[in-house]
Amino acid sequence: MLQQLKNGGCSVQELYVQCLNRVQMIKSLNAYITVTNKISQIQLEESAQRYLKGIPRPIEGIPIAVKDNFCTKNIKTTCASRMLENFIPTYNATVVQRLLDSGAILMGKTNMDEFGMGSGTTESIFGPTRNIWGSHVIQKLNTNFKESFSSPPDDFFIAGGSSGGSAVAVASGSCTVALGSDTGGSVRNPASYCGVVGFKPSYGSLSRYGLIPLVNSMDVPGILARTVGDCRSAFDIIKGWDPKDSTTLQRPLNKSKLKRTSAKLSKLCVGIPKEFHCPGLSSEVSDAWRDVMDLLENCGIRVVQVSLPHTSYSIACYSVLNPCEVASNMARYDGLRYGYRATGKNLNSTESLYAATRSQALNQIVRGRILAGNYFLLKENYDKYFVQALKLRRLIYEDYVKLWSTGVDLLLTPVTLSDAPLFSEFNQKDSRAQSADQDYCTQPANMAGIPALSLPVRMSKRNLPLSIQLMAPHFDDETLLDVAELVEKELNFPQPTFKET
Amino acid sequence: MIFNVRTCGIQTSLLWKLKGKLSFWPSTCGLREIFTFNCALGKPQEKWKHWISVVGLEVHAQIKTNSKLFSGSANKFASPANSLVSLFDCAIPGTLPVLNKHSIEAAILTALALNCNVNLISEFDRKHYFYADMPAGYQITQQRIPLAVDGHLDFAVFSPAVHKVPYKKQSKIKQLQLEQDSGKSLHEESSFGSLIDLNRAGVGLMELVFEPDLKDGEEAVACVSELVRILEFLGTCDCKMEEGSLRVDANVSVHKAGDNFGTRTEIKNLNSLRALSRSIDYEISRQIAVLENGGKIINETRGYDPQLKTTLSMRDKEEKQDYRYMPEPNLLPLNLLELKLHPSDFRARIPVLPEQQRTVLMNKYQLSLETTIQLVNGGNIGYFEDVMGALPDLPVKKVCSLLLTDMLGLLHKDERTIHQCPVHPRRFAEVVELVKNKTITHAASQNLLSILYRGDKRKPKQVVEEEGWAMINDSKKLEAICQQILSSNPKAVASFRAGKTKVFKSLSAHLNKECNNKYDMGEATQTLRRLLQERVE
Repeated sequence: MLQQLKNGGCSVQELYVQCLNRVQMIKSLNAYITVTNKISQIQLEESAQRYLKGIPRPIEGIPIAVKDNFCTKNIKTTCASRMLENFIPTYNATVVQRLLDSGAILMGKTNMDEFGMGSGTTESIFGPTRNIWGSHVIQKLNTNFKESFSSPPDDFFIAGGSSGGSAVAVASGSCTVALGSDTGGSVRNPASYCGVVGFKPSYGSLSRYGLIPLVNSMDVPGILARTVGDCRSAFDIIKGWDPKDSTTLQRPLNKSKLKRTSAKLSKLCVGIPKEFHCPGLSSEVSDAWRDVMDLLENCGIRVVQVSLPHTSYSIACYSVLNPCEVASNMARYDGLRYGYRATGKNLNSTESLYAATRSQALNQIVRGRILAGNYFLLKENYDKYFVQALKLRRLIYEDYVKLWSTGVDLLLTPVTLSDAPLFSEFNQKDSRAQSADQDYCTQPANMAGIPALSLPVRMSKRNLPLSIQLMAPHFDDETLLDVAELVEKELNFPQPTFKET
Repeated sequence: MIFNVRTCGIQTSLLWKLKGKLSFWPSTCGLREIFTFNCALGKPQEKWKHWISVVGLEVHAQIKTNSKLFSGSANKFASPANSLVSLFDCAIPGTLPVLNKHSIEAAILTALALNCNVNLISEFDRKHYFYADMPAGYQITQQRIPLAVDGHLDFAVFSPAVHKVPYKKQSKIKQLQLEQDSGKSLHEESSFGSLIDLNRAGVGLMELVFEPDLKDGEEAVACVSELVRILEFLGTCDCKMEEGSLRVDANVSVHKAGDNFGTRTEIKNLNSLRALSRSIDYEISRQIAVLENGGKIINETRGYDPQLKTTLSMRDKEEKQDYRYMPEPNLLPLNLLELKLHPSDFRARIPVLPEQQRTVLMNKYQLSLETTIQLVNGGNIGYFEDVMGALPDLPVKKVCSLLLTDMLGLLHKDERTIHQCPVHPRRFAEVVELVKNKTITHAASQNLLSILYRGDKRKPKQVVEEEGWAMINDSKKLEAICQQILSSNPKAVASFRAGKTKVFKSLSAHLNKECNNKYDMGEATQTLRRLLQERVE
């Protein structure tokens, strides 16, 4: 696309109008919370000028979407919560700023689970985001598939979450790249269900400044795009040290192993961790997984079975660490300085104001986690829960460190246990059970801080995307992207194309 | 921009919550307690003597840096409300803390000056509590692994009104930790809400936790005063208690000899040395009175009311606070070596500290502890050293007495400090030399200092010559003066003979007048006594 912009095959205005049309077409999927028309116009003019003058920036005119938990200057940033429904930041998150500085055009802010707590993009005050696959939109507009399975009229396939809005925005072609955030799988999970590439880089490779936190020690901004190449372009722009985030890496990332070992694939070793053959894994995902193993072997890569013994504890560990940091991070939402503030006659003390504000403006899942987190952090419970969870996290982390030291370069695993479930199925389970299913394969990478990527493989019987996950050692993001690109080429996943109206 | 917390009804409850941050108190609270205890507090009763009081201090010292601990906002007192507030300071979502290197340097320097072990790796924690002037709902502090531990502060306790003789004391320092200051809540009884000023929110603090090894208000004041001197020497805190840049909490308990420590109470946010001393002594008496009357001490936070001169319970309905500490996930552990902040490099930057100065003075000049305290603690040492260095072999006792009694007396009357002294040390030294060479008497030197202080531009020697103040070294003349006094006071001589030795005083007064500061008064008095004895016999 960038090539077309550069050689004049398409103007930035044309591209923008196309994407804006797409935004309108998918309105019923509820991918966007805010569409930033006015601001886009200003950016668009500058982009057009720059092309005229011949001084385009690296991704001049490329349309992007941003999950609504990244602060955007003068644009509402709601976290899909009543608490921040009218919150307008005065600054841009570093990753957003870097994209804009490189010429990106912001299409809008995308839907999510409230404060990122959920795995379906079903817990938003703006309503759930629907998957484009199996929706009437794709039936009407897709020119790729003649037959298509469709959801029952009163139901829909979930987009996955919590960055479901960004995944649908990309899958529908309303933008080239979207930012999401990944704490337990929130980028990879919706990417898997929506058939796009979802990249969670190494913790520390991207700045979290301006990302409204869920779990600070695991949050990583993530990138969703249709291709690994697009992911990489965006990653190259936003990665790197940020003085505003003390947890970002000051040195450059490791060079790709493929470049280090003179591009010989046969030197690579991909591990298949047996713990990821978990209960509930659908045969379709299992088959797709096996097919990719074969594919890798056919490329000359060595594929070996490995073990990550503490994998199954990851969710339990997460269910303690997540609420603790949530309880702490959410303490600032008291209604005094910004955000929702309760009103009423009975609010005659600071405490009652706080209590009313928080119970009215935060949903039940958020409040439940705040309660749990504060319980775990009580003096008498701290060692019993928080410290134990930290120890467990260390064990999970060490599983990976040990594995890399045996010469394994990458891991190949499922992302999600099946293709996208129907909302009605998904909604039968409570939030904790959802997380246990949805995050099983993705959560360990966050515990270990390692880079991981969800890659679409093929369509399921229901005509929904099936994906697999690649993981690499900490700061080996380049190797991960290189191998992902290679596999992507072999798989040739059928992206939907649209009839323009 | 001022944040209006609430438009109605909230005031009373916030007052209760405000702990020690209020400069006034709701008029109704604690009245009963005052009546109960004030009667008992007049004089410590004899039976109270077997009680032992224990005092431990916690000092919050604002780090003197241009910007705040974790944000780039300026750190300035008395700026327009909410004019020094960055996004981070008001806890805007998505913002992150970035540690200020200068704050770490100041804290390392302070820790070393206080004989602490500096931890090469320390960590930050979040301490949670809901408070209108604590925007994030937590304070970033160092609870588990602080910057420095195990220090001590040596100081001298000397308040002439209480003890004639000074004594030395040490208070151990458990830890020195970096943490954020809170904002300020402002309440006016007439206003309809509470106002919050976040200028102070996020300013860097060094919290010093002392072990409970002091015994009363006097020792606490001596300890804090010494700490203030050290911090001022180092330039790491400006120590303006009245502006809140140095605040003290005191933990107080009492027990009987042989028993374990009693239940302690905490007096919060004491912002003057007077309040520190008085509140502790009041609290000790109060606790003893409660226990003597069969009561129980409750572990609670109390505030000090400077008007009523009492401590008041700040208990509210709230249960015991659990701060739910958690490691701060947005900051890496503070690794000094990685930041190229080697504590050993800081040792050279520590100036000579007061305790060392006192020891040096005692050894170099054979001065008493009392005198060295007056020289060092009063800040007079610089002037003293200048005087001693101006001329060789000056009598140090004479220098001290003229400086500490006469010169300070003059300065004190005009509410000046030694740094504003108009008499140049060189001139001061010349005055002392005149005394040393017996050119003038001690009394004449006092007059001389006085006129120099008032702005006389002449050299001391010239003044003595022109005013005719030179001492007369003529024992014959002195004898004649004495004889003349005795002769013209026959009644007094008679009384003396009758055994009323007190009359010598009145004769001395005559002598003083006659001598007019020109004779050595020691010699003159001796002569008078000798001649009187001769007459009597």
